[in-house]
Amino acid sequence: MEMQKLYLLVPLAPLFGAMVAGLFCRVIPRWLAHTVTIAGVATAFIASVIIFKDVQAGHVYNGTVYTWLTSGDYRFEVGFLIDTLTTTMMLVVTFVSLMVHIYTIGYMQEDPGYNRFFSYISLFTFSMLMLVMSNNFMQLFFGWEAVGLVSYLLIGFWYTRPTAIFANMKAFLVNRVGDFGFILGIGLVLAHFGSLDYKTVFEKAPELAATTINIWGAADWSLMTVTCICLFIGAMGKSAQVPLHVWLPDSMEGPTPISALIHAATMVTAGIFMVSRMSPLFELSTTALSFVLVIGAITALFMGFLGIIQNDIKRVVAYSTLSQLGYMTVALGASAYSVAIFHLMTHAFFKALLFLAAGSVIIGMHHDQDIRNMGGLRKYMPITWITSLVGSLALIGTPFLSGFYSKDSIIEAVALSHIPGSGFAYFAVMAGVFVTAFYSFRMYFLVFHGEERFGKADDAHHHEHEGDHDDEETSHDHHHGLAPGQKPHETPWVVWLPLVLLAIPSVAIGFIAIGPMVFGDYFKGVIFVDSHAHPAMEHLAEHFHGAAAMGIHALTTLPFILALSGVVLSWFFYMKRPDIPAAIQRRFSAIHTLFENKYYFDKFNEVVFAGGARMLGKVLWRGGDVAIIDGIIVNGSAKVVGWISSITRLFQTGYVYHYAFTMIIGVFVLMTLWINRA
Amino acid sequence: MSTYPLLSFAIWIPIVAGLVVLATGSDRNAPLARMLALFGSIAAFLVTIPLWTGFDIANGGMQFVELKTWIPRFNINYHLGVDGISMLFVVLNAFITIIVVAAGWEVIQNKVAQYNAAFLIMSGLMNGIFTSLDGVLFYVFFEASLIPLYLIIGVWGGPNRVYAAFKFFLYTLFGSLLFLLALMYLFIQSGGSFSILEWHKLPIALGAQIWLFLAFMIAFAVKVPMWPVHTWLPDAHVEAPTGGSIVLAAIALKLGAYGFLRFSLPILPDASHELSGLVVALSLIAVVYIGFVALVQEDMKKLVAYSSIAHMGFVTLGFFMFSPMGVEGALVQMVSHGFVSGAMFFCIGVMYDRVHSRQIADYGGVVNKMPKFAALFMLFTMANAGLPATSGFVGEFMVILGAVKFNFWVAFAAASAMIIGAAYSLWMYKRVIFGDVANHHVEELSDINKREFAILGVLAIATLWMGLYPQPFTEVMHASVTDLLRHVAISKIQ
Repeated sequence: MEMQKLYLLVPLAPLFGAMVAGLFCRVIPRWLAHTVTIAGVATAFIASVIIFKDVQAGHVYNGTVYTWLTSGDYRFEVGFLIDTLTTTMMLVVTFVSLMVHIYTIGYMQEDPGYNRFFSYISLFTFSMLMLVMSNNFMQLFFGWEAVGLVSYLLIGFWYTRPTAIFANMKAFLVNRVGDFGFILGIGLVLAHFGSLDYKTVFEKAPELAATTINIWGAADWSLMTVTCICLFIGAMGKSAQVPLHVWLPDSMEGPTPISALIHAATMVTAGIFMVSRMSPLFELSTTALSFVLVIGAITALFMGFLGIIQNDIKRVVAYSTLSQLGYMTVALGASAYSVAIFHLMTHAFFKALLFLAAGSVIIGMHHDQDIRNMGGLRKYMPITWITSLVGSLALIGTPFLSGFYSKDSIIEAVALSHIPGSGFAYFAVMAGVFVTAFYSFRMYFLVFHGEERFGKADDAHHHEHEGDHDDEETSHDHHHGLAPGQKPHETPWVVWLPLVLLAIPSVAIGFIAIGPMVFGDYFKGVIFVDSHAHPAMEHLAEHFHGAAAMGIHALTTLPFILALSGVVLSWFFYMKRPDIPAAIQRRFSAIHTLFENKYYFDKFNEVVFAGGARMLGKVLWRGGDVAIIDGIIVNGSAKVVGWISSITRLFQTGYVYHYAFTMIIGVFVLMTLWINRA
Repeated sequence: MSTYPLLSFAIWIPIVAGLVVLATGSDRNAPLARMLALFGSIAAFLVTIPLWTGFDIANGGMQFVELKTWIPRFNINYHLGVDGISMLFVVLNAFITIIVVAAGWEVIQNKVAQYNAAFLIMSGLMNGIFTSLDGVLFYVFFEASLIPLYLIIGVWGGPNRVYAAFKFFLYTLFGSLLFLLALMYLFIQSGGSFSILEWHKLPIALGAQIWLFLAFMIAFAVKVPMWPVHTWLPDAHVEAPTGGSIVLAAIALKLGAYGFLRFSLPILPDASHELSGLVVALSLIAVVYIGFVALVQEDMKKLVAYSSIAHMGFVTLGFFMFSPMGVEGALVQMVSHGFVSGAMFFCIGVMYDRVHSRQIADYGGVVNKMPKFAALFMLFTMANAGLPATSGFVGEFMVILGAVKFNFWVAFAAASAMIIGAAYSLWMYKRVIFGDVANHHVEELSDINKREFAILGVLAIATLWMGLYPQPFTEVMHASVTDLLRHVAISKIQ
């Protein structure tokens, strides 16, 4: 088959599935909905593998599918750029999506919206593929917003839950704040480069490196800095970087399969992908890179802290995702784009695994998500247990597992970076290692080990924090938690098989891929690093002597010790002496309250932005439109007209002698004036 | 080029059809009146299709021109023609007329013939506005088209229709008089010509240009409507029946914007440049200020009416950046707004017909009872919020991108509509559609019937088509927009 047709097949196969399952969701049987969508995604995956091999053989493609719009001198096209970065993303997206599709058969088994759900996740796959395969900014923005739409639809999938429909609106609006910056960035690119085509823009970038623009006062701003920061604001929205991270924890209101697919493995990494794609631009602005670095570092550390106090199993994983996205962003800031993509890939596997395992636990627990009600599940759910352990070990960076290679490379790259903010970032990612290990194994121990706390009638329906939402009335969750004496059970094969299949790359992909991907020629000509200005990656490569050596060497280094102590401490706190964390919580209640309220970001946004916008709207409406424009000007002029006519009406009495008299006076006045003038 | 007088067809077929419908008289013949109206509107739409398919995209001048003497004494002519700026609006207008006739099919049971006749006649008159190349002819159509709209609001409108009609009258009267004075002035200055194309070439001193510009602007700004002469629109929408709102939003609002392109920019290029700051400022106020006002509306129709004003702010903003992206983006926005706001008002009408309330607070959980409706309404809500792949995105995208080149902070203010627009659209959707069934009215809702589904389906296809492949819409504009901008760039001061 011609390769161009294959490129088209990759996004269109899932789109076809989505349309069949979506447009006919009320008439087709369930088996047809999941068969057609899984077939679509599987086709996309197989095609992606073929394309991957083809690109490995050196066949990079950059071409137009159709012209979307022309205006003036500008052309906007829909087209594909197929290179190693694209194929990496295509493989990750289609593979994780395929796993999630299969998993969904089990997870959504009892849900009345089964067909609709399959339609949405296939539509998501289509949108995400269009995003990563784009060869221009316009289509990137299309995909960008389209994945946002599907995310909105899926977070609000259970549309009768008040919390879900609040969360999905919040997610969309916060993302729109990011997109606001993103579109301005795109506008700057078009205005100064005259094109939105990647190739043209990147080729022209060095010429414009020294260009300054005047946007505020007398100061000249570097065009690259302003453009890159605008673009990065878009990434902050989608990839949930502080302060635009607030939507991601709430997105856990959606069904678990999409938390894995969208809010961990793929969509939230779109920002990371975008910045890597834009490396020829970002490399030209150290200021923008510093900004990226610091934002990433803040996210990596401070979101990790919040993971420690969460009791909802999905929220622990969600905060872990935020923190890991921060790591990827730090890598971008340190000009280690290939490392960021590498961590994106390993993270996609182990985090999808952890989410799907959490979902499996949730099924086993009959939709109780509170880890305080779990414990000892390893006996009842052995496959979920082992795969979760694998995922957790990969996440905390256990040597030789995938997460280790990517995370350790990030830490090393930051250590070697010298741009402003790198000192803080190094501290943040290092401290983050301990925090990650601590919260991950706190959850692991509380869920799979220790005393069995489930099946106690008194607390199965009792929740104290707003993260858990009672929804007994809704049809999909009629049984909430285990009844007294009931035991959890292992989930069906459609659920555990994806866990096993995801566990394999979670273990092995790092060892295999680090050599070529991070230090080899894999991204040559795709990712651009100005090694003169930002030499971190070059130095890092000098220290690299193969994956095995890296793993062995790590056993004596600080990150490993930190991770190990995190695990040990969590074991000690939650298995041996549960009284200690409780005591700490009492002792440092101020910090605990701060964490509990997520640093008050949500409160601030609700009061200042949401409340402020509503108040402003009321003032402008009641004050501006109703009182001033209508009250004074419109009705006022009507009143003036009425008033004048009421006076002139006095003259129009209808008596002829009044008119005659007036006329005589008028003639008299005019004559007087005329005579005086003469 | 066609030998048939297609533009005359486009004007007179709906008017004649309207008179025939009117002749069916009382409501005993209502089914006949409906069928006649439907056939009339479809026939009127069919004659406009050759305008698009036979349009020469390389030609920036007037096409399908018809010229006959009307009142020789004052050199007034029956002079018609379309270019890339006006052609799409003739087609859009004819298309929307079918939608409107179908939208009132079961809903209007009172004075059916008169109702349909009013819409058909208005459709013809509005085509007259878009195709007139003679100042007086334009003025006659411009004023005459208001009469059916008054009647529609006044006869089939809501309880407060008198106030709405009064307000509309007060606003437009003032503007119309100034407009007429400006036409007279141009007639005298040009040595006795009412030809708009002649006026395009007429040299005028800057001072006179500014006065003329302000006179035109007041007339057009009321119609657009621009801030601060916009407050008639929400009232008119609230009182109008669904069909009236659809026409008002989809077509009538475009008349003012069209006037800017046909009169203000080409006749008064220097004044346009001189006063562009004013128009841009008012447009941005419309986008931002009105966006916040839309956010707090409790009445769905008012909310969509305010969002219309904000969307039209993009149109006037795009015009006065004097760039191809800006003007074409604005034109695209006008066409798109025709589809999207028309669909939004129809959606509200669908709910109003069932519950007899437009208050957001009276709804909640509609999706449980009307899933098909909810899905389509979602599409239009997203289009209203400017989501890519819908038509609502294209115009906003072009205007924002054009604005970055024009001035970064103008773009900054315009782009804020991406946030505010999403906020008011999605917040309304959330409160009306999502959630548990809120009350017994919602409990008793039935999903859309075949007729309603067909109307929304057609509009959905139009919205998606224009979002996914806008090229056919913009390629017809290029030559005319390029000519216009070249013309506007040349000073007329001698």
